[in-house]
Amino acid sequence: MKLTLHIWRQAGPNVPGRFETYQLDDVSPHMSFLEMLDVLNERLIAEGKDPVAFEHDCREGICGSCGMVINGSPHGPRQRTTACQLHMRMFRDGDELWIEPWRARAFPVLKDLIVDRSSFDRIIAAGGYISCHTGGVPDANAIPVPKPAADRAFDAAACIGCGACVAACPNASAMLFVAAKVAHLGSLPQGQPERYRRVRRMVEQMETEGFGHCSNHYECEAACPKGISIEYIAQLNRDLRRAELVGQELLP
Amino acid sequence: MNLDSKIPAGPLEEKWQRHKNELKLVSPANKRKFKILVVGTGLAGASAAATLAELGYNVHVFTYHDSPRRAHSIAAQGGINAAKNYPNDGDSVWRLFYDTIKGGDFRSREANVYRLAEVSVNIIDQCVAQGVPFAREYSGYLDNRSFGGAQVSRTFYARGQTGQQLLLGAYQALMRMVDARRITLWTREEMLDLVVIDGHAKGIITRNLVTGEIRRHAGDAVLLCTGGYSNVFFLSTNAKNSNVTAIYRAYKRGAGFANPCFTQIHPTCIPPSGEYQSKLTLMSESLRNDGRIWVPKKAGDQRPPNEIPEEERDYYLERLYPSYGNLSPRDIASRAAKRVCDEGRGVGPGGLGVYLDFSDAIKRLGRDVIEQRYGNLFEMYERITGENPYEVPMRIYPAPHYTMGGLWVDYNLMSTIPGLHVLGEANFSDHGANRLGASALMQGLADGYFIIPYTLGHYLASHPKMEVTTDHPEFQRVEEEARARLERLMAAKGRRTVMSFHRELGKLMWDNCGMSRTADGLRTALERIPVLRAEFWENVLVPGSGQELNQNLEYAGRVADFLEFAELMCLDALHREESCGGHFREEYQTPDGEALRKDNDFAYVAVWEYTGPDLPPRLHKEPLVFENVKLTVRSYK
Repeated sequence: MKLTLHIWRQAGPNVPGRFETYQLDDVSPHMSFLEMLDVLNERLIAEGKDPVAFEHDCREGICGSCGMVINGSPHGPRQRTTACQLHMRMFRDGDELWIEPWRARAFPVLKDLIVDRSSFDRIIAAGGYISCHTGGVPDANAIPVPKPAADRAFDAAACIGCGACVAACPNASAMLFVAAKVAHLGSLPQGQPERYRRVRRMVEQMETEGFGHCSNHYECEAACPKGISIEYIAQLNRDLRRAELVGQELLP
Repeated sequence: MNLDSKIPAGPLEEKWQRHKNELKLVSPANKRKFKILVVGTGLAGASAAATLAELGYNVHVFTYHDSPRRAHSIAAQGGINAAKNYPNDGDSVWRLFYDTIKGGDFRSREANVYRLAEVSVNIIDQCVAQGVPFAREYSGYLDNRSFGGAQVSRTFYARGQTGQQLLLGAYQALMRMVDARRITLWTREEMLDLVVIDGHAKGIITRNLVTGEIRRHAGDAVLLCTGGYSNVFFLSTNAKNSNVTAIYRAYKRGAGFANPCFTQIHPTCIPPSGEYQSKLTLMSESLRNDGRIWVPKKAGDQRPPNEIPEEERDYYLERLYPSYGNLSPRDIASRAAKRVCDEGRGVGPGGLGVYLDFSDAIKRLGRDVIEQRYGNLFEMYERITGENPYEVPMRIYPAPHYTMGGLWVDYNLMSTIPGLHVLGEANFSDHGANRLGASALMQGLADGYFIIPYTLGHYLASHPKMEVTTDHPEFQRVEEEARARLERLMAAKGRRTVMSFHRELGKLMWDNCGMSRTADGLRTALERIPVLRAEFWENVLVPGSGQELNQNLEYAGRVADFLEFAELMCLDALHREESCGGHFREEYQTPDGEALRKDNDFAYVAVWEYTGPDLPPRLHKEPLVFENVKLTVRSYK
């Protein structure tokens, strides 16, 4: 297949970027999207040009490294699929593709398609965990977890931290990311003691990082490669309201 | 080279407990005075860093990723073994120990493997307490499944994403310590070299991948948790950035490298589809619980799978290994697949593939059950190949996946350089010549949560504290060497891309040091690697500069090390004139094509010592002493 690519090129965080156009002539439909970019980069290097910087690692849809907006959709046109798992058979001969980085104040561009997502780490550091030291924990089967709760926790925990939810949101909100962690840990008996402290601290940190708030566009859910449900945002809001209305010391 | 394994005396079952009783301690008030450098944030690195910080050490953690959560442990699918015996099917610490040592073809240390089996039960407890959402029964209790090389169900799992969930547990524990200011986290910071002062590991040199800044970090001990080197084959199931650099640099600074030729080829991966292929994707071994592997009986049979009648199919694993069948260990299953493909009975493009068929399981259990068990894996397969595995059997082929070899460590996980500790896949210790499924996660977390927190204190308490700062001339010297290497890579300005060299090296290694090896093939590789390496340094083309985000420069440094390391792998494979586990030398096989071990000559760990540029490495041997198990021919028939 032949493709026309318009790719966002930006040399560094403090310089303006722009789209540049490239033609690719023999793209195989069996290639992955990133392999298509590999082919382009090999050509650019051979021509003495700067290759397109993009982040990637596992190429199996689980590490969360890759992420780019393709024709307006984070991770491209296929639902529940990361850019690395997207294959060129999803496109047609002659297609024109616009490829750009996540755009959000809390995700500054470092180069081309690479953004700085360390804000996500700081949100997790603010409370996205259960505070147990290594050792001194009960036998694993001493904490039975009803299967529906375990499944619910797992569905939320499937988040890969890629940031597509933020890129998709008109407010650049990280609510789905935060809600996924709040719901994962809050659905489990082990997560109860810190439940309200966790949600308060994580949301506070999200605001500090410059992410926006949720105003129910649901774009995040549509863009999420792991299909994380916006229902978790409702759960987050419930927990947050309770945490705000009642003093921490009175909560279970 | 001193290869004292420091295995404690006493009966096997008591060694670890006795050892813990005898290890020296660092008092709580003194722990914060020790700065520990942890390189890598996979299961081993993250769990070690979190635990050491909880104990009170001043921990600095380094990862080349943007976040610790990206480490490749995240991609492990199937599960984690533990001798919990929850299903009441006869499992025990002894059985897990025995299965692991037998699975490793009797090329690992009894004491290490026993300890691994022993602490496996604590890992599950720890992970559950952290909130890892393991699969559960309706009762609310934990569910188990079976994996290759075992006749009990001892594998805990979280759908097909066990590695992800375990890593997130360790990552969250690590971030908690970052928040508590006990861990200093360095992201996008790649280790370039190790600094050894007065014989002790005292620091590392790193490069910041955004600015290109070269930095020096001094510490009281260094932990390398940097994973395996399957990417020496270019095409492997490893993440694209996984590399050998950290452990290879340590080797060049004096750490012994053990059994580099022990690599694992995983039997169930999606076959490559073209020249542009950048990596291979694993399909979890757990699929072999319900999928049946077959090829047509007739060579060159081009019919679509659904048109091949039952009696013309060869379920070769079930035929050859009736007691383990489709759940035969990885090395056995991979070689069997290669054999049927070599006979011309392979399927798919190029005849490099075998079928993994779920139609019987779907008939027996219903599509819903299969979807519940493997839904995400089926989806992944469909995304990559465009074929629907509910209707057409999957096509799979073996691919490099894991490396059992790694830096030599003693029972305390310390390398031959005092102070340099090596954890997880980066060390050689527990899997012998072949790793069983669901044991990598177990080992990474055992090392990080439950072993290093004890043994590191012993090292720190046993040596007078040496106050080293980054002004030391040795830091200066190693930094200059690292800079010079980067400048040389930039200066070559040749005509070939880094990837083209990596691809060529990978093919050479796959053809000659892959699933089966011969003396001739290995000699060919040993002649061609230095030629390719010389061309690389002359003719490599790295665009951009060193003072910016430059992914090709990062890549060039890693490939440069692979180009040296590949030679060590081939030398090791050539010297080991036997077949064992993942190391299959065609000259040494039984009449029916099974691996022929030579215990009288090769029951040892081969440890290689770096002797200087362009000089052959020196071989040292750590004899393997078996006091508790009898060396038998490994049979899964």
